[in-house]
Amino acid sequence: MSSDALVLGGGLVGAATAYGLAREGLEVTVLDEGDVAFRASRGNFGLVWVQSKGDGYPDYAIWTRRSADLWPSLDAMLKEETGVSTFYEKPGGLHFCLSDEEMEKRKALIARMHNVHGAASYGARVLDRQEVRAMMPEIGPDVVGGTYCEHDGHASPLYLLRALHDGLKRRGGRVVTDARAETIVRDGEGYAVTTRAGTFRAGRIVLAAGLGNKALGKEVGLDLDIAPLKGQILVTERTKPRLSMPTHVVRQTGEGSIMIGDSHEDVGFDVSSSSDVMATLAARAIRMFPFVKDLRIVRSWAALRIMSPDGYPIYEQSGSHPGVFSVNCHSGVTLAGSHALALAPMIAKGALGEELAAFSARRFDAPAN
Amino acid sequence: MPQRIDGSGETIRFTFEGREIAARAGETLAAALIAAGETTTRASVVSGAPRGPYCMMGVCFECLVEIDGVPNRQACMIVAEPGMSVNRQKADEVAA
Amino acid sequence: MNGYDVVIVGAGPAGMACASEACSAGLSTLVLDEQPRPGGQIFRDIEVSDRKRRALLGKDYGEGARIAGAFRASGAEYVPGAVVWNIDSAKRIDYSAGGRSHSVEAKSLVVATGAIERPTPMPGWTLPGVTTVGAVQILFKTSGIVFEDVVLVGSGPLLWLAATQLIAAGSPPKAIVETVPKARYREAARHFGKALPAWRYLAKGFAMMRAVKKAGVPVHRDATDIAIEGETVAAAVTFAAGGRRQRIETAHVALHQGVVPNQQITRLLNCQHRFDESQRAFLPVVDESFETSVPGVFVAGDGAGIGGAKSAEMRGRLVAMRIAEKAGRPAGEAAKLRAEIAKDAAVRPLLEALYAPSADILSPADTTMVCRCEEITAGQIREAVALGAPGPNQVKSFLRAGMGPCQGRMCGLAVSEIIAAAKGETPSTTDYYRIRPPLKPLLLSELAGLGAEEPREAAE
Repeated sequence: MSSDALVLGGGLVGAATAYGLAREGLEVTVLDEGDVAFRASRGNFGLVWVQSKGDGYPDYAIWTRRSADLWPSLDAMLKEETGVSTFYEKPGGLHFCLSDEEMEKRKALIARMHNVHGAASYGARVLDRQEVRAMMPEIGPDVVGGTYCEHDGHASPLYLLRALHDGLKRRGGRVVTDARAETIVRDGEGYAVTTRAGTFRAGRIVLAAGLGNKALGKEVGLDLDIAPLKGQILVTERTKPRLSMPTHVVRQTGEGSIMIGDSHEDVGFDVSSSSDVMATLAARAIRMFPFVKDLRIVRSWAALRIMSPDGYPIYEQSGSHPGVFSVNCHSGVTLAGSHALALAPMIAKGALGEELAAFSARRFDAPAN
Repeated sequence: MPQRIDGSGETIRFTFEGREIAARAGETLAAALIAAGETTTRASVVSGAPRGPYCMMGVCFECLVEIDGVPNRQACMIVAEPGMSVNRQKADEVAA
Repeated sequence: MNGYDVVIVGAGPAGMACASEACSAGLSTLVLDEQPRPGGQIFRDIEVSDRKRRALLGKDYGEGARIAGAFRASGAEYVPGAVVWNIDSAKRIDYSAGGRSHSVEAKSLVVATGAIERPTPMPGWTLPGVTTVGAVQILFKTSGIVFEDVVLVGSGPLLWLAATQLIAAGSPPKAIVETVPKARYREAARHFGKALPAWRYLAKGFAMMRAVKKAGVPVHRDATDIAIEGETVAAAVTFAAGGRRQRIETAHVALHQGVVPNQQITRLLNCQHRFDESQRAFLPVVDESFETSVPGVFVAGDGAGIGGAKSAEMRGRLVAMRIAEKAGRPAGEAAKLRAEIAKDAAVRPLLEALYAPSADILSPADTTMVCRCEEITAGQIREAVALGAPGPNQVKSFLRAGMGPCQGRMCGLAVSEIIAAAKGETPSTTDYYRIRPPLKPLLLSELAGLGAEEPREAAE
């Protein structure tokens, strides 16, 4: 079976890229795993988050902000084409600090980012307790202050995934399930990918298989140093609208559930799926918003983020296998705008743009010493 | 109407939507409500459609009620106590 | 953290018998059960039921008093009102009781959480006044409540047992609408000879049907296209039978399509499961001593496959014997018990063939609601499959089916069946929802307080 492009992996990263490629007029086939596929997408917290992303890594801050700027159009086109609402909202977002020490660190981080990007373009500002309270009256007594960024928002990762699949299908794309890519070999001008469900051919290949990219990369001369980082999320029963905007660890979904996650910037923060971790997340959420103590947890998720050694994405075209691209990152919701509407056009053209040079896997090729 | 086969013996009184309901000691709220002809305990959070006790064994979560102001409690798993103020779980109180 | 040789979840016949046997082998034993009193659903309120009610419920119900008595005398530690919400691979059990969460560790874990009723999606099944047949029995057992107008709909031994009990109480059901196709009787007859060792069940079955006939309860056989009508509450049952559309007015409809193992805990623990075509349900894979694929995790009673209360009691004892044996304690003679369990099970193939779930239930119309919590229809599930969802977990992600407070208990099996049919595969391939903690909704304040050092409420 032949297409213009094969996307290996049907999670948020693969689906957003595939949808974007289909928008560029390519005939796209997504090769996905089965139902029990390890899906980081299902464990995504649902933030479209800009503040504090890319401290010390300006290109990531810019790429993230670009995605947040593209999100409203992505959301609108998905809604128009599929009728599926992703519950995307952009009311801005709050990051809370629960101690003076946290507050000082936060202030320093915001100052650093303003120095690099300029306050206007970065847009996060430091708030004291009174200012936070004015925006979010539900906060608990332990909140000493926080930061607000108008570029932040949130969406339902699950409906986003569904909308991307639906949108892809409506643009003539296909998703083949139970078709985990096994090998990638040269085939004439292009490549052939073998799976349990048959062999698929295309001139463009996108590796978007999450942690599976590590093994697939070896097939095409890409050495991808990625590792899992576990994260956990709690979801409560539905409640009345209580939170007017998302915060970095607590948000209210379109259905009314409260989601509680761990901090997205805590790179290196490993959690296992245990009751004790659930209890820690619950206790922290109650300190931020005391009203949640009376809600019931109905679900919890543990998911593995895809982490590179420095925590930033890897976007790379294979040198030995031109036309094969690899996308490796966490934050599949935040970056969906960029993946669909900025990355996909580059892949369609056959070359990654200059703005992605900083995300090459070659940055980890340390000289031997 | 439902009937009790073994006469009276309802010694507990609680209210449901303001109406006084009689229950036996040790009996669940859902059983007492059904005996009193009250089969609708909540409104669906999705459509607002009326729902009532279905499984009576804690599995289906259809009998959710508000007890003394606390929502989402399973009437079939909670033993009736004197003076409880029980109300139907309203959709707009829990849903966005 | 307290540790026990054996922690048993569930105090029905299997859990109670297992606890008694484990204690007599000298094993430290803890029983956690959601209900305020022991008995499970089958022997619900057996300790407080008076003589009159017991007489009406029949001799088999009375058997529960003996099992509960032995359990009370066994010395097993027992926490009623305990809701288990997480169990990890090291067999640490977290449960909620008395408004607080507690943790215990088990050397062996016995899942004795029995069965739940098979989901029975049909038009109108969410209307107030519609319950399961099990619910009708529970109302009778706990409160002596009967309905003069209840219509029993579906198939299975429990339907006939409930009818008989209601008749004995002087409040016969208004009608029985049975979904067993005529051809099934012939198919089931093939198993009759093999069922004879369990003749007592056959005799009981015939006696129940005779009692229904004698009471003059109308029985509508081979009914299809069943729907419940009503605006805000149930008002009537309609169905096709005898070549015509029929309608029975009633405010109380009780549905039943057999019971299936409650898989929540074994799924949470990632025990291996298989789809049993005869029982039309997922069962945990167990060895001859009912140990699952996860070492030290046992399933006693209906949770390992439907066998009924008598079998559950025997299986509970067998599991305790095996745990005692592994612990090097004196254990009872298992061979004889195994033979008795096998003999008791002789009736199952006949029952499973005769009372297999109806085609309407397995393949509901597109407009029929399947997930009651999130109001997802069979048609939406089929659309999600068409969109590329390979199985129940992706369907759940796409639609929120199974994400409500019941956590998929009321729709899971139906969702797997619908996906399997849509993909042209067996439910065995389709598989089931992944189950994650908490097993039951848990107050955030209680979760946050986990591990806070407070003494547990004294066990009964």
